[in-house]
This record gives sequence, structure tokens and C-alpha cells, in this order.
Amino acid sequence: MRRGIAMLLAAAGLAFALANTARAEELTIFWAEWDPANYLQELVNDYAKETGVKVTVETTPWTDFQTKTFREFAAKGDAYDLVVGDSQWLGAGSTQGHYVDLTDFFKKHNLENVFLPATVAGYAEYPIGSHKYWAIPLEGDANGWAYRKDWFEDSKEKAAFKAKYGYELGVPKDYKQLRDIAEFFYRPDQKRYGIAIYTDNSYDAIAMGVEQTIFSYGGDLGNYATYKVNGIVNSKQAIEGLEAYHELYKFAPPGWGKAFFLEDNQAITEGLAAMSMNFFAFFPALANPTTNPHASGTGFFANPAGPTGAHFAALGGQGISIVSYSKKRDAAMKFLEWFVKDSTQKKWGELGGYTCSKAILESPEFRKATPYNDAFYQSMLMVKDFWATPEYAELLDQLNQRLYPYIVDGKGTAKESLDGVEADWTRTFNKYKRYSQK
Amino acid sequence: MSSSARRQQKPPPGASEIGRRVSKVFSKLDAKSAAGGRGLTDLAIRNLFILPTIAFLIIFNIFPLIYSLGFSFYDYSAAGNAPPVFVGLRNYKDLLDSPYIWSNFSITAKYVLVSVGGQVIVGFGIAVLLNRAIPSKGLITTLLLLPMMMSAAVVGLFWQLLYSPSWGPINYIFGLGDFPWLSDSTVALYAVAITDIWMWSPFVMLLSLAGLSAVPKHLYEAAAIDRASGWYTFTRITLPLVAPLLLIAIIFRTMEAFKTFDIAYVMSVQPTTELIAIRLYKLAFQEWQTGRSCALAYIVLIMVLAITNIYVKYLNQVRAR
Repeated sequence: MRRGIAMLLAAAGLAFALANTARAEELTIFWAEWDPANYLQELVNDYAKETGVKVTVETTPWTDFQTKTFREFAAKGDAYDLVVGDSQWLGAGSTQGHYVDLTDFFKKHNLENVFLPATVAGYAEYPIGSHKYWAIPLEGDANGWAYRKDWFEDSKEKAAFKAKYGYELGVPKDYKQLRDIAEFFYRPDQKRYGIAIYTDNSYDAIAMGVEQTIFSYGGDLGNYATYKVNGIVNSKQAIEGLEAYHELYKFAPPGWGKAFFLEDNQAITEGLAAMSMNFFAFFPALANPTTNPHASGTGFFANPAGPTGAHFAALGGQGISIVSYSKKRDAAMKFLEWFVKDSTQKKWGELGGYTCSKAILESPEFRKATPYNDAFYQSMLMVKDFWATPEYAELLDQLNQRLYPYIVDGKGTAKESLDGVEADWTRTFNKYKRYSQK
Repeated sequence: MSSSARRQQKPPPGASEIGRRVSKVFSKLDAKSAAGGRGLTDLAIRNLFILPTIAFLIIFNIFPLIYSLGFSFYDYSAAGNAPPVFVGLRNYKDLLDSPYIWSNFSITAKYVLVSVGGQVIVGFGIAVLLNRAIPSKGLITTLLLLPMMMSAAVVGLFWQLLYSPSWGPINYIFGLGDFPWLSDSTVALYAVAITDIWMWSPFVMLLSLAGLSAVPKHLYEAAAIDRASGWYTFTRITLPLVAPLLLIAIIFRTMEAFKTFDIAYVMSVQPTTELIAIRLYKLAFQEWQTGRSCALAYIVLIMVLAITNIYVKYLNQVRAR
């Protein structure tokens, strides 16, 4: 009997040890549920073949992504070893201890020169200019535009446009042309509309659409180093930018008050709009004839310049960070060493991921590989992001609350909206004692 | 019976009516009953049944309730690594000073009024119509109950499609063209309330139907003999007798409507449809202001309790009549 019990205990011990060994050879990456996550899973399968370490890309819908990630951080849980986090999370991730400091890793692999500067600043560095890095740029992305090339190239449309506006119909070079084209194609009687823009205010949709317009009009959201917002977020240029965005909404399809990436892609696939704003990561679906019946007639362009020539695009995309609560930090670090290799980055780009590797992005092969890659490359050279401070979620919500009534309902003026944003943000920065730290 | 068991059975001084009744039932338990003969006393069996529930309640309800009350006096973010800082009543003061929060409360009040009012009118109306001999009454009643059995998120998505300005059937049926139900700030809240009315009117109907079927028939016969008008019969017989059950339905629906989150969250992103529960969610799980969100949760709890108390007092008055 005693011998039996001893054998049972030994077997249990062995099983426990084996289970732990098996777990040590697995890594979990957490990301949002979208196509690039599937491409990443395909990519990391190669890592498993090479090293025997199984890597699983676990996903959750976008609407739940931020909440679920930070819930895990709050519990200091080790369910995820790596997280592909939004650029705005850098402040919270780094200052609240959720991300592992990757500064030495960055320097060791000379990553400041490997990746495009904008992606290093946007996805990895916090605070800005500190040269402290918390993530490896993984999925580069920016806000661009899809358009109905077939409508634009129609000879009758071209003639009618020239007669009305006095210049050729083509890819808009600035916001004035963008507005004119949107107005030109706005034909509610034909169920055809000019433009599809972001209006959803539940996370960062409307903020991304507005910020790139404000940036391109020469405005800004504030001084990210000093937290000064007074006279910046409500400057004359910022007000003009917001007015331009409100003007564009007039040419959107009816009921376009809750639109983000899904709806904006539908505007093209359903033949609703002539132009549609979206992140480049969602454009593969528009270039694919099985998901877009108008794929052959769909083109892509980078965000046009503002009236003074300022030229910006809102930064999307994410960097990959090691979760500080992971028990497999060394294994995660080894995975990142594999991920930053040129060969891995090349494969990542081939699979459909938007690599941030400067050499690959600049190569003619990459820029010609898809109808949208060149516009993507141009956009990545002019990206600019929202605040990445730990309190970014409050700032986003306050911005949404102020912008939405003006843009969608036409309530109040652009100045009143942005004055309200300035007051809210100043109060928030005071609450977090941002000014006294300076 | 041991003295300690006797002490347990004695009702505590000042116990409520319910407490006295419960104690009375327990006092009848025989510690050495047939069950006792099999190794367990009635008292032990009682404890065996009650203790897990009490433990469950304490662990999952009472403890978090008290714990979150504590947090409401601290500046604390669960997602951060900074220790909680005691701020006294500052969270409550900041919330009550915030124009956003008052706007959320005002939106919620409007929503509760429209939604519960609509549910009572529609639900009670249908109950009156069904409270007569009609063919397939059982089938009709069952079909009418279906909406409240659905998931609120599914209902929200479904109605979002119905309201679609381009191809939604609602605009088509009423000839409203491209009317943007959910994008129009003045209408969006009512559009969400209509969805809630569609979903929960059957609940009011069910309780009203139970009340209506319990009204003695002879009262209607007496009224008919006295040649009372339909309105007189309704206001003097039907309504007073159904009122207690109707009030219970109103209490339940008011509490639920006050806490509405899913339908409004799924259907609309308008600031004018941001109910207090949505604001609470944002504070707690998007902005991770744990201390402040706990304080807001307590403010909401106190408000719901206050409203419910008013209803219960009125219900007692109605019953006393």
C-alpha cells in the first residue's frame, strides 16, 4: 500500500514537472482580433519550428482590447508574456511598471537605426526624446484614404468636375481639393456620397480623424513635453482644422454618426462613398475582390496637406512589449531577438504585416507590392500621434465629449469645442500634477 | 437541547417581522429529530444549507461592497503601481461638482422616465387586451414574452439595423427617408428608450396580466348592474386592484433602467445617450480611476435605494387601502 502511494506521488511529481517544462516552452502574445494578428500567428509558427518554443497569439475584439489588457495588468497577471499595445499605452505601460524596459535591447541591436524614426518615437519611446524604449515597433500603421478610382477616372465625371471647380479631378493634393471632391460626389438622390470619415467617439476613432486634420492645418494638441495646451489645442489653426472636419461630415452618408474602420470600409465595398478614411491595416480587404466587389476600381492615397502645406497623418499601429509580470521574460527577450532580425522582418512584410523596418519599407519591392504600400510608406514619414501620457484615456474621453456634438450635430462652434477641450485637459493635467513636475 | 442552541433560537430583541417569523420556524426544529438519529441534527442540516450561501454572499457581495466603500475615499488606480492615497470625501465632492456627471444623471433620469413610462403604458395596455377570451391566447402571450428573453446586446445590435438610415425598415415603413435615429443627438436617447420599451414591456404585461386575472369577476358584474361606465370601472376597480403588482413591476423596471448599460452602449456613442452606468464603466475600466469610480458607484447605489424606498412606501400605502 505504502509503495503504491509512493509511486502515485512520484508519478504526480513527474507529471507536474513535465507540465511546467511544457509551459516554459510556450509564449503568449496578446493582441486585438484583426488580420495582422493572424499574420503574426503565421509568422511565429516559424519560431516554433526553429526553436521548439510554441508561441500563441491570443486575441480579443478591438472594443475589449484595452480593457482586457489593463485588467490583466491591474491583476499583475502573467497570462500574457508579450502585449502588442497601442501607442497611447506607452505612458501607462512604462510609468506604471507594466512593461519591461527595452532600452539596452534597443541599443544592443541598434534598433534606432533599423526602424523608421517615426515608428521608434511612436511605438517605443517614452517620454518623448528620452531615448528610453519600452516596445519594439511591430505593426506600423497610419490613417490614409481609399477612393473610387473608377469614379475619379470616368470621363464624364472628370469633365463635370473641371467645369464646376476649374481643375482636374484626381487624388486630392490638399484639404480644399478633398472637400471639393467630397462635395462633388455627394448625391443623396443616387445613394452616392462624398466621403466617409471617423465619427465613433467610444475610443480613439473621431480623435484620430480630427487630429490629423488639425495637424495638417498647422495646429497641434498641445506641447507633449510641457503639457501646455492653452493657446495650442484651441489655436486659430486647430479651430480651422476642426471646422474643416465638420465640413467634411456634411458630405458623409446619412447616419454616419458611429463610424470607425468597419463602417468606413463598408462605405467603399457597398459603393456608398467616393473617398473613405481608414487605417492602412484595413486596406487589404479593399484590395481583395472577394471582400470588395469594387476592388479593381479602388485606389489609395496618403492624407493630403493642409492650406499651409503642413502634411501629417494620424499614427496607428502598435509595438510589442514584454509584460513585466511574465514569468518567461528571458524567453520573451529571445523571441524579440528573433523578431528584429532582417529575415523575420522581411517575412513579416511578405505575410501582410506592416513592418517598420526602414530598409524594407524603403525598398521598391515593398512599395510596389500592393496598391496601397506606397501611400503607406509616404504616410509613415509624416505620422504624428495623440498624447501617450498615463491619463490618455481621460484626455480621449474629454476630447470625444467636446468634439462629437459639434462635428455630428453642428452644436456650438469649433472654437467653443476646443476651448472646452483646453479647459478639460488643463484641469486633468493639474489633477495629475503635470505642471508642478516641470 | 443545549443552552447554546437555545440561545441561537431566541429571536434577537428588536428583530424585524421577517426576522421573528424566521426565528419562529427555526424554533420548531428539533435538534434530535429523525435526521438527528442519522447523525445530523436539524440545526446542523440548517447550518449546512445556510452557511455556504452566507459565505458566498459575504465573499462575493458584502466584502467587495465594503472594500469598494473604502476605496471610494482614496485616490487610487487599480491599473497603476502607486499606493492608494487617502483623500476623504474629495472623490464624492469632485464627482458632484462635475458638470459631466450631472449631465449623465439628467440623461439617465430622462431615460428612466421615458423607458419605464413607455413600458407601463404598452405593457399594461397589452395586458388589458389579453385579459379576455381570445383564440390562441397562450401562444400570443408566449410570443409577446420573447423580446425579454433575448440578450440585451443582441437586441441593441438588432435595433441598430432597424434604425439604419439608408436601408432600415423603420424609416421605410414610416416614410422617414434617411432620418438618422441614432446620430441625431435629440432623438438618439428616445430611440434607445424605444428599444428598451420593446424589450421589457412584456415583463410589465406579465405582472399586469397576473393582477388582472386576480380581480374578482363579481366586482365587474356589480359595476355592470349599476351601469358604471367603462372608464369608471377601469379607474375604480381594475386599476386599484392591479396597482400593487403594477407598482412592483415599476420598481423592478426603474431599478433596471437606472442601471442600463448594454443596450445604450451597443446602440449609440452620442454624449446624449451616455447613461450613468456607461460613465461608471468608462471611469472604472477605461480610465482606471478606481477610487473615483467606487465613489460614483456608491452615489448611484444611494440614488437607486432612495427611489426604491419612495416606491415601496407608496406600494405599502396602496396595499393598506
